[in-house]
Amino acid sequence: MFAYIIRRLFYAIPILVGVNLITFFLFFVVNSPADVARAHLGEKYVTQEAIDNWVAEKGYNRPLMFNAQASGTEMVTDTIFFQKSLRLFTFNFGPADDGRDIASDVLTRMGPSLALAVPSFIIGIWVNICVALLVVMFRGTRLDKAAVALFVSLMSISGLFYIIGGQYLVSTVWRLVPISGFEPGWMAWKFLILPVVIGVVAGIGLGARWYRTLFLEAADQDFARTARAKGVSELGVLFKHVLPNAMLPILTGVVVVIPALFMGSLLMEAFFGIPGLGSYMLDAIRAQDFAIVRTMVFVGSVLYIIGLILTDISYTLADPRVRLN
Amino acid sequence: MDMIKPVILWTDILIWLLVISLSAFLFTLRKNPESRAQWRQVFSSKLGMVTFIIILSYIALALIDSLHFRKALSHTEGQDIETVYYSNTVNSALDALLGEMGELKERSYSSPFSLKSFTKENMTDENGQPYRGYPELEHAGSHLDNKTGHINDILLQSLIGIGKGLIVGLFLCALLKAFTRSSDLPWRTAMITLLIVCALLGWMLHVGNLYHVLGTDRAGNDTLYDSIKGIRTGVLIGTLATLIMMPIAITLGICSGYFKGWVDDVVQYIYTTLSSIPGILLIAAAILQFQVFIDLNPNFFEVGLEKADARFLGLCFILGITSWAGLCRLLRAETLKISQLPYVQAAHAFGVSHLRIIRRHILPNVMHIILITFVLDFSGLVLAEAVLSYIGVGVDSAMPSWGNMINLARSELSQEPVVWWNLIGAFFFMFTLVLSANLFSDLVNDAFNPKNRQER
Repeated sequence: MFAYIIRRLFYAIPILVGVNLITFFLFFVVNSPADVARAHLGEKYVTQEAIDNWVAEKGYNRPLMFNAQASGTEMVTDTIFFQKSLRLFTFNFGPADDGRDIASDVLTRMGPSLALAVPSFIIGIWVNICVALLVVMFRGTRLDKAAVALFVSLMSISGLFYIIGGQYLVSTVWRLVPISGFEPGWMAWKFLILPVVIGVVAGIGLGARWYRTLFLEAADQDFARTARAKGVSELGVLFKHVLPNAMLPILTGVVVVIPALFMGSLLMEAFFGIPGLGSYMLDAIRAQDFAIVRTMVFVGSVLYIIGLILTDISYTLADPRVRLN
Repeated sequence: MDMIKPVILWTDILIWLLVISLSAFLFTLRKNPESRAQWRQVFSSKLGMVTFIIILSYIALALIDSLHFRKALSHTEGQDIETVYYSNTVNSALDALLGEMGELKERSYSSPFSLKSFTKENMTDENGQPYRGYPELEHAGSHLDNKTGHINDILLQSLIGIGKGLIVGLFLCALLKAFTRSSDLPWRTAMITLLIVCALLGWMLHVGNLYHVLGTDRAGNDTLYDSIKGIRTGVLIGTLATLIMMPIAITLGICSGYFKGWVDDVVQYIYTTLSSIPGILLIAAAILQFQVFIDLNPNFFEVGLEKADARFLGLCFILGITSWAGLCRLLRAETLKISQLPYVQAAHAFGVSHLRIIRRHILPNVMHIILITFVLDFSGLVLAEAVLSYIGVGVDSAMPSWGNMINLARSELSQEPVVWWNLIGAFFFMFTLVLSANLFSDLVNDAFNPKNRQER
């Protein structure tokens, strides 16, 4: 298995190079750095000098991929592609447009993001699986039909409405928790409880419906019938026989997003004023700070690839028949 | 002298092309007994009929809203009588249908059906004394002589509006009756839905021109009008984004499953790379760069709406790119399976060309996957538009869309007194469309997915 993981990590390199090529193309080829500078500096009658200064300050005044004027290895290294894109592989992210160090910002903002994302994720899965199993217990009845109708209605509501409505009801009308903000340490719970609850409720429709179809497939198979024939109670059948057998497809969908939890949730953090990576990205997008966006694209891809590898490993744990080689 | 000058937007062309080609495609399918049976299964349920009619009316409104033109301006003194100048605002056929609804601008907020403004202003009474009060709205209820008993008038006008809608609805039902042979499909349900939709539309049209049915927003625009105009954006993003990505996904998916070897490796590499980039960042980056491009090349576009349209098309494109990998993966797996089947092997043995095998044997057998993806992706894309517009990388802020409405109204619930109608307007129109699309796509999935059929 160790050899397998090493090999997968090596496979990741061409993918990350591809990701870098795409972002490089998007940020430097579609519009030249001078164009971006012109758009960034805003005013209509911006001088050439100001543009040159901006480009030089950001280090964009190099050739794109090949430097004919330099000599030796600098022909390749003294280019935008090498300096701005390949540099990311060493996790040396450089400064943002406002001069702050991106790497330290990312590290400090990871905490609040995780504080929100991990509880939402765990409670969300637990609630979804319980609700789905409950519904599967009543499969074929009116309750089942009504529950499915409810799930479909719930998933047809935009996440924005859950957040806006939840904030209005809980914070403005009932005044139970502060409407937004954050505080480091354990006192953060009062700021986090509402976004976690909203996140779980907003996810029930889609999640529980998906789990229900997975469990339904397993609930009528031979092993479930045998268990019932042995006299195992319906709850016992569902939790001891159906759930473990539906584990493989659940893992496929769930494990791959675990590393992405580090990235935080854009919407939740924006609405609730949580200083995590999600709001960091949103601020960067709104301020058109491309250095941060580029970095986050790279970090996101790395996390996604880790997620894929974790998924494969989790298969071997969930199903002893699966061997990695 | 022309009264109007048509404005043809790229998205207009695409949506009309899409609808025409889809209808043609479905029409050719009529001969295929298997797909007829599948569609019959979808429509034999009342739910399928109801949701289909609702989706159809959304699409119809979007299509009418996709016929754009500019009105000719009336001549002023000193102008050359020969040349016609056209207004800079682009109207659509839907604007013409809605009458003056879009032009009834107030100064600021007003609540639904209200005759007075929502906020107090400084005013002067008959004696010239200043006081604070609610000024009367310019356009709401301007047909009334006596403004005190306007509840009765609202009821009366509602009846007139519903009556007008019902007449149109009955006419459509008669058409439906004439063109359909009696069969086991629930036509009665279809007609009732059609009548309800028509009555609702007639009511909105008639009363919406006399009052602000859903109030007005901060800038004084009619909320109902904005919500109806948002339909085009929602429907187009749900269909065009999938349409744009489909040729790429189909070609690459089938090729990688059929040819295997290095083609497969390359295609797999491409979609793993693309799907490893966080979707929202890819969209944001692409849209921001595209906006820079649009801003730097203003001479490409004649009117402002063309800029918004270019950005909209770019958004559809990039949304397509981000959701492309899923379909590609499914097609690859299915093609891998099909190309092992005996009839494909036999075709190989007879020396049939690759292109012909793909066209005759593979493509028809993966059609259901393409169809299911198309209907399943629709609702997700409509929801995604709202989120993207909130972040600021969605459609142009000048373009009417539910996402932009929510974005403008997001802090209104925390105001005192609460302004709720903007959110409700966007919510109602969006929820109806997404819910219908979700229910309908479930039925299509049930009917067309072979996996579901075996279980029955």
